[in-house]
Amino acid sequence: MFKQKYLSIAVTVFLFAVMFLAGSFRYTGFFSLQVILNLLIDNAFLLIVAVGMTFVIVTGGIDLSVGSVIALTTMMSASLVQEHGWPPAVVIPLMLVIGSLFGWVMGAIIHYFKIQPFIVTLAGMFLARGLCYVISINTITIDDAFYTKMAQTKIHLPGGSFISISVIIALVVIAAGIYIAHYTRLGRNIYALGGSEQSALLMGLPVARTKIAVYTLSGFCSALAGVVFTFYMLSGYGLHAMGLELDAIASVVIGGTLLTGGVGYIFGTFFGVLIQGVIQTIISFEGTLSSWWTKIVIGLLLFLFILFQRVLSARQATQKL
Amino acid sequence: MRIHKHHLFWPLAMLAALLLFNLFYSPEEFYTVQVRNGHLYGTLIDILNFGAPLILVAIGMTVVIATGGIDLSVGSIVAISGAMACLTISKGADQDALGLLAEAIALSIGIALLLGLWNGLLVSVIGIQPIIATLILMVAGRGIAQLITSGQIITVTSDRYGYIGSGSLLGLPFSIFIVVAVFAVAVLLTRRTALGLFIESVGRNPSASRLAGIRSRYVLIAVYLFCGLCAAIAGLILSSNVSSADGNNAGLWYELDAILAVVIGGTSLTGGRFYLTGTLIGALIIQTLTTTIYMIGVPPEITLVVKAFVVLVVCLIQSETFRKTLVQRWQTRRYPAEREVAKHV
Repeated sequence: MFKQKYLSIAVTVFLFAVMFLAGSFRYTGFFSLQVILNLLIDNAFLLIVAVGMTFVIVTGGIDLSVGSVIALTTMMSASLVQEHGWPPAVVIPLMLVIGSLFGWVMGAIIHYFKIQPFIVTLAGMFLARGLCYVISINTITIDDAFYTKMAQTKIHLPGGSFISISVIIALVVIAAGIYIAHYTRLGRNIYALGGSEQSALLMGLPVARTKIAVYTLSGFCSALAGVVFTFYMLSGYGLHAMGLELDAIASVVIGGTLLTGGVGYIFGTFFGVLIQGVIQTIISFEGTLSSWWTKIVIGLLLFLFILFQRVLSARQATQKL
Repeated sequence: MRIHKHHLFWPLAMLAALLLFNLFYSPEEFYTVQVRNGHLYGTLIDILNFGAPLILVAIGMTVVIATGGIDLSVGSIVAISGAMACLTISKGADQDALGLLAEAIALSIGIALLLGLWNGLLVSVIGIQPIIATLILMVAGRGIAQLITSGQIITVTSDRYGYIGSGSLLGLPFSIFIVVAVFAVAVLLTRRTALGLFIESVGRNPSASRLAGIRSRYVLIAVYLFCGLCAAIAGLILSSNVSSADGNNAGLWYELDAILAVVIGGTSLTGGRFYLTGTLIGALIIQTLTTTIYMIGVPPEITLVVKAFVVLVVCLIQSETFRKTLVQRWQTRRYPAEREVAKHV
């Protein structure tokens, strides 16, 4: 039987399909497998960040530092590989460790000193962005063989279409995210914590460990997204991924996760990212629209989705009564 | 009541520490106030002048946060109001005409009130979480501001308009008087009428206050309207100060600085009690910090790093748990032998 709790995701998927079909009818060349795959290629880093963000938001927190951590990762990778000649095999794991540590520290401060996540991750955002400029205020271009290979390798699929290595990384992260959320003890603890921290504590769940783990996970995802972003841009720059945290939060919300915590699915977030991608694709297909229309349309769609979900949840609430 | 329990103690201590640092580091540059052509000049005056828009936005943000909400769209509203005013003035034949100036100000404040109403309706009537409801306008608002300016930077040559942000009255920058007026109105409305109590009760417990007969819907709409109004005035001051409007960059990240000012001022993001004076001090701390960082010759690119650490330190000091941990460490620090004795007693 179709469960009521999946309705929100079903709506997100349905709206994605409608928007994609609308684009297909309007523009020639829109309806192809490659356009869908391009959505994944261009948004691989956003997908990875959004997975970490979903976990954080499910616990009722928020992580504003993700965009800056991506920028910092690109900057450090570029500097170490390009200017200090470190091998990528050392740099990439190092980045993941640094990102996780960054998240771990923020999580520990949030939990042990009871400071609001908004403020702590805001400080994290300033710090990571600032550290980028400490390294350099200019763009550092990467021409390392490994990075260019990662950027240019196309994996051909039957039917003549292709994906990049980043897409595979993103899909693995999503699969891992779904596994953690629904098939591990950590996942159950995360949902319990988001539902009610006090109840979780009284039930004897490891609240401290879970909360810190969530921010560590988000830091790890941001660093991984930063690595993927480095493949995508082949450069390090302090202004990379500016405002990406808002895109990630918007994707998570469009995917049906409640900002109050306790409710949300990685699978919904996946489609939330794709919907944003489709909007951008449609606007680029339209061609004549100025760039600022992207912002206005995304804002408008955000509004429609939220309104729709609001009506939906209101109906669910009345049905329960 | 012990002095360090007062809600203004930690913000004031922070500001005092910053001022003290400057007293030792660069007393000449920082504290000298000169009179030139009947106007006061000096770093302290600059802090007040440049801090004026931030203080205004933060005052509006305080009442929104007091209701348990948050307004992420203020930066965009700052950009929109500046763009609207500059567009209106740049179209006029005589840019110094008083009627044109009035029209520009009325238009930009009008549009900001509309946007505030939009936020308020989304939060109160439709019941969307504030952070999401205002995120919509934060994203779309930048687009609207660029739409108004057609992606260009609009420059105006109006002395009358420039007066708002860079003129002076009685030797002090005119913007300070605007801030004082808005602050006074906010304090009078919230502390001399029941409105402040309504706001706090809505922030504390929305359903309980509804059961107590408070029309929380109108209270919510009113605070978002007020926040929009404050952002609009800040936008006017900012754009008038540089006589131009930039839809893309004006007021960028203002929402974050404003929220920071409110939190430093002691108002909790979860809503309830709010402190307008605390916010005022919080905004001054941020502005003083920025000025100090520039003055001690820290390269501008690492300003953000310094800011991050200061934010963290300020928040840690304000965290009750952190202070308790520190005090406990201090009090329980004994010599090993003493610890043994304590164990056996």
